[in-house]
Amino acid sequence: MKSKSQSDSERILRATAIFPLAIFIGAVWMLPRISAGAAYRYAAPWAPTLGVELSCLVDGLSLLMILIISGVGFFVSLYSADYLHGHHHLGRFYFFLHAFMLSMLGIVIADNLMALFVAWELTTIFSYLLIGFEHDQEDSRASARMALLVTGAGGMAMLVGFLLLRIAADTFEISRMVAVASQIQTHSFYGAILITIVIGAFTKSAQFPFHFWLPRAMAAPTPISAFLHSATMVKGGIYLLARFHPILGGTPQWTTLLIVTGAITAVGGAIMSTGESDLKKILAYTTLMALGILTMFLGGSATPSLTAAMTFLLVHALYKSSLFLVAGIIDHQAGSRQVEKLGGLLDVMPFTAFAAFAAGLSMAGFPLFFGFIGKEIMYKGALAEPILSGLATTAAVCANALMVAVAGILMVKPFLGRRGRYPGPVREATVSMWCGPVVLGGLGILFGIIPDWVATWLIEPAVRSFHFTTDTIELSLFHGINLPLLLSVITLGGGIAIYLAQRPVRRVVQWGGERLPVSGSRMYDLIIEGIYRLGNLQNHLIQNGSLHRYFLMVAATFIITTGYSFLSRTAKFPAPVFQMLAWREWMIALIIMAAVGMVITARSRLLAISALGIVGASCALIFLNFGAPDVALTQLLVETLTLIIASIVLLRMPGLTAAPVRKTLTRKLMDGVLATSAGILITTLLLAVLTTNLDRSITRFYEQQSYLAAHGRNIVNVILVDFRSMDTLGEIIVVATAGLAGYALILNGGRK
Amino acid sequence: MDSLILKAAARFLVSLILVFSIYFLFRGHNAPGGGFSGALIAGTGFALYIISEGARNVRRAIRIDPRRLITLGIGLALISGIPAGFFGEPFLTGKWWSLGGGKGLSIGTPYVFDIGVFAIVLGTILTLILALEED
Repeated sequence: MKSKSQSDSERILRATAIFPLAIFIGAVWMLPRISAGAAYRYAAPWAPTLGVELSCLVDGLSLLMILIISGVGFFVSLYSADYLHGHHHLGRFYFFLHAFMLSMLGIVIADNLMALFVAWELTTIFSYLLIGFEHDQEDSRASARMALLVTGAGGMAMLVGFLLLRIAADTFEISRMVAVASQIQTHSFYGAILITIVIGAFTKSAQFPFHFWLPRAMAAPTPISAFLHSATMVKGGIYLLARFHPILGGTPQWTTLLIVTGAITAVGGAIMSTGESDLKKILAYTTLMALGILTMFLGGSATPSLTAAMTFLLVHALYKSSLFLVAGIIDHQAGSRQVEKLGGLLDVMPFTAFAAFAAGLSMAGFPLFFGFIGKEIMYKGALAEPILSGLATTAAVCANALMVAVAGILMVKPFLGRRGRYPGPVREATVSMWCGPVVLGGLGILFGIIPDWVATWLIEPAVRSFHFTTDTIELSLFHGINLPLLLSVITLGGGIAIYLAQRPVRRVVQWGGERLPVSGSRMYDLIIEGIYRLGNLQNHLIQNGSLHRYFLMVAATFIITTGYSFLSRTAKFPAPVFQMLAWREWMIALIIMAAVGMVITARSRLLAISALGIVGASCALIFLNFGAPDVALTQLLVETLTLIIASIVLLRMPGLTAAPVRKTLTRKLMDGVLATSAGILITTLLLAVLTTNLDRSITRFYEQQSYLAAHGRNIVNVILVDFRSMDTLGEIIVVATAGLAGYALILNGGRK
Repeated sequence: MDSLILKAAARFLVSLILVFSIYFLFRGHNAPGGGFSGALIAGTGFALYIISEGARNVRRAIRIDPRRLITLGIGLALISGIPAGFFGEPFLTGKWWSLGGGKGLSIGTPYVFDIGVFAIVLGTILTLILALEED
């Protein structure tokens, strides 16, 4: 049961909604200047040697996105504490949520391609963590992995595109590319740039054929679906297309690619949504429809089309976030998301019902709602396109008619209809849960009443920041009796007809869906399976668990690569000069050779490893002899510890004679040849090094600076902990990681 | 290993070895030694202790989980890099303060870094040896 401290922490976490709210207020404060056509730009050096700046640009398009992200983010933050009430990892959830929101804001304000890419990848990672939040469920993990792999692969393609774009435009700054757009569009890389960047946008925005990850991502907690699929993640791709519209857009390739893909996604998504009966699944497919529509209109280049894209971006963010949150409330309060099981919720949850109707009617595009205005401008834009106008118009009408039907399914059955059978009494959700959907849905009504205001303050600045035109940009409720109005009537009529026939339609769509010959999801499965197979094959070849084979490979690789490299350059080295050794050097050499002989002939492991220890200790003597006490000391200590650890391990193993593999003569011979050639190679290499002139300037620098700059007389130690402490930091982290990995291996081995 | 001679000698030797390892850690800046070799010496000492007394007793005697020691070491090494930031210098630049002026005792962030190295290396050795001896 919930304890006092738990609900306290929930209250604190809910209070973190203040952060998105602060960002929202800040964005509103910027609104007057931005809508007057100004833009804020900030730049700081980041990686100056690579020409990468950390530059931010806030213009109309960015600001519209910031308002949507932070506004919806605020309500989602308020909502989640109650939705996930008592969840063990609520703190982690809020961390992921806010981190995701910040990365998303990073995408929309980045002006530098690399900054944009980093933020883009961060959204991929945090969306992975959010979708897989219920990580103890297999389905949840698989869905998260799918989203990560699909959008991550798209991100990689996009990175290639960015680098090519850097070559074509000679700058990393997006705002500076606009001026050289014609140079980019005539560059020989244009085709490759277009394809790769568009793949990045399409995977993120779940366009056909990469659409399949989005419905699967519904495994996430509902507030996350509301945030990711209405306002943020998937809109990232749309934002990217809008941002690059003045740079890459307007060409026939761009137009064809975007309009055709968008039309397929829009109509496909809309059709598939009628085949579902789970509220969240329905909403997921309608999101595909909306993203398809947005892509399609960004494919155009006429002012009404782009105005339609920006208007629908806002329309969709408002109604979809509201509907997702409503679906979450229904699931949370009534215990089911199946349309068939729900009914009669209007009486028990009036506020949620209001939100659902406001958002649903906006989605259906009923007159007086903001969605109606979005639909009108959509038809106007589709008709104004010079090419593919017919396709765009047809797709928009079909998709919108299906949306009317889906809105009906979402609103009528759960809220009106006969009262469903619920496991317990159903109550209205808490205020912090229903206030979000009510405000977001209510804005759909408010914006429908004051379209002029929305056009002037939000839509026009957004459109003008990526579409430079003198055309007037306006939204209004009634344009007179014309073709768009006629299309609206057709849409509504068609939608109501589909709604009335919803059961047969659902059966037909499900029947068809099962019989699709190919699908993106199946392709994905095949690719993943192929990768696993390849991995297994590769493991079988080179990671088969035989230490002997590993060592053989390492030694052989070393001999072949280094030996080749050395032999091809022998002409550069003069013949080595042999100096006469002092008697104690002879002694050390003799000891080493005798110890090596013992290693080879030893009949027990312990003897072999001890003899190897003698070799190591004698090496320490060599270091000492040539004036390197630090190296000698470390060598001796490492040797001692290795010996101890090896003995601990070896004491548990069977004797050498009991080893299952009997050494054949050929194997012994091969090992001998390999070992001898490695020894000869190292020796000649070292002798060759001695004949070259060593550059002692670095040694001199450390000798002079060690005490003056670093207060130490031991140069080796001073280098380790002061001059090159960053390297040491990396090394000790490697030590720690290796230690923990070894620990895990030991534990695992014990369990077997 | 159950040997009376080893047990009696180990108690005596281990404490000496550990003191010696600390001495090595601190003399490292001016003479052969330092965090890495100090930790190796301490690790050898503990290994001796483990062989004579058994892993379970040693784990009880050192009280903290050696894995914590690794975390502590990384933390110390990272923290030692911060003071340079207050002087507007790059991360991990050594900063020195002299106690008692001129010929007095010099204290600097590299010492903290070296202690971090010591803790990480010792923690890693102990983690591995204890795990090997226990299973």
